[in-house]
Amino acid sequence: MNRYIPVTAEDRRRMLGVIGAASVDDLFSGIPVQVRQKKASDLPKALSEPEMLRDLRALSGKNLNADDAICFLGAGVYDHFIPSAVDSIVSRGEFTTSYTPYQPEVAQGTLQAIFQYQTMVCELTGMEISNASMYDGASAAAEAAVLAASATKKRTVLCGRNVHPQTRQTVRTYCWSRRLEYAELPAENGRIDRAALAKALEGGDAAALIVQSPNFFGNLENLQELGDAVHEAKGLFIVSSDLLALGTLEAPGKLGADIVVGDGQTAGNPMNFGGPAFGFIAVNKPLMRKMPGRICGQTTDSQGRRTFVLTLQAREQHIRREKATSNICSNQNLCIVAASVYLSLMGPQGLRDIGGQILAKSAYAVEQLEKTGKFRRAFPGVPSFRETALLCEEPVDKLNARLLQQGILGGYSLEAEYPRLKNGWLLAVTESRTKEEIDRLVAVAGGDAR
Amino acid sequence: MAKIPQDLHYTKDHEWIKIVDGMGVMGISDYAQHAMGDVVYVELPDVGRKAKAGEDFIVVESVKGANDVFCPVSGTVAEVNEDLDGAPELLNQDPYSNWLVKMEVDNPSDVDKLLDAAAYAKLVEELEAEES
Repeated sequence: MNRYIPVTAEDRRRMLGVIGAASVDDLFSGIPVQVRQKKASDLPKALSEPEMLRDLRALSGKNLNADDAICFLGAGVYDHFIPSAVDSIVSRGEFTTSYTPYQPEVAQGTLQAIFQYQTMVCELTGMEISNASMYDGASAAAEAAVLAASATKKRTVLCGRNVHPQTRQTVRTYCWSRRLEYAELPAENGRIDRAALAKALEGGDAAALIVQSPNFFGNLENLQELGDAVHEAKGLFIVSSDLLALGTLEAPGKLGADIVVGDGQTAGNPMNFGGPAFGFIAVNKPLMRKMPGRICGQTTDSQGRRTFVLTLQAREQHIRREKATSNICSNQNLCIVAASVYLSLMGPQGLRDIGGQILAKSAYAVEQLEKTGKFRRAFPGVPSFRETALLCEEPVDKLNARLLQQGILGGYSLEAEYPRLKNGWLLAVTESRTKEEIDRLVAVAGGDAR
Repeated sequence: MAKIPQDLHYTKDHEWIKIVDGMGVMGISDYAQHAMGDVVYVELPDVGRKAKAGEDFIVVESVKGANDVFCPVSGTVAEVNEDLDGAPELLNQDPYSNWLVKMEVDNPSDVDKLLDAAAYAKLVEELEAEES
């Protein structure tokens, strides 16, 4: 390995000489003997490079991936198709950095990519301003809650029980650290219980209501009605969604949303064992100066040429220090470049086509499963997108084990998180699933349980 | 040399205040607006906000950064200058006719503890000497 370590034994000897230490051990002699590790960690003996590659390949071969199995698993991360051009463009050296630009104006191409991403987020969400992205959908929702509390000067954050469980955990943690009250609203037939909401809004303490649509069960919430109710109580309406779904669904900004957030994985980002992807957040002008994160703007340079800058930086912590609107001063740049390439390649019509396929294939899968007599919808009559909550005859663990033997990744088991949904199975059907794959799922799932 | 009207009281942080019919009218000084550069946004407090002397309660954002404006004497915000919402550059044009907030001052005699025009002029003179 020594040839990969730039510091040679001679370099070390000279460095130790300069500071007057006899050896590396002598250098660390200030560390008390009783807290020192006596022997080296219990590692296996060193391997040659070919041996190591063989070992690692054998290990990674134990993984099951969505290219080799048929994936009906979702619950927040989805097996959507990504055109090869996305990877090819994102892999260009000019884009390949996981970081937000820190000397931004020299990287005009990066800023232009961010600006285009922001523009597309605004179009899909129906909002006026998007930032350059957040870490993930969960932290975007939590930042939105904090923003709402600061804008309304109120202390209670309401969140639907059918918002993604990890999003709820994150919002709860942020609320705890800011000493905000956090309360969850129950669901009625898979959507937010209107009576419970009306009760929670009494007294006018609510800074915001967080709603997800499509929600964790895949169900579409009645955003306009929910937004009207929270506005009447002088709170802000936070809608969590995803960019791919918004290519088909009405923009939340047109249905009363004050802040739109969500996870961006569905737009051109691979599942990556659950991450990284990115979060998005978009607001309208009145909340612009309170929005967290970086914002890229378009302007003209001294010679009148179109150019891009980071703008409204006075909100950010490198200028405002402890008074910044948020400690988020970064973005998920590579992931959002992937999203903006994906969205550009698809275009509005492409996204609608994908949405149409998802609706048609989901409907077919659910219908066929119902016909077997072993499945029924958990929330009959409620419109859904991409995911449908089903109740199975047999325990989900057994069902998924049978499917896995046939190379099929079954749906997410809902019972642990939602005990009332006994044998609840969240089935995700993306545009990538074929009729043959769905038929195979139905044949195995609807077949006799062994 | 920055303009320093004779009939105002000043703070060391470059705010001015004047008592008009028992109401405190306050803003930032000419020296302050010049030091900040082009003002692009003013974040004003809510009417009814109570602020103690020395508390930051306004943010003036310029092309150079975001600047806290401190409350010169304790009181309650009675009115904010909404003209600044659409035209923050008014603060650069004339920081004295373009006030920031009017406040009900807890104790009008508090202004006497602030700098008078002559003392403030001396402070500004020293600062300008340091800068040149």
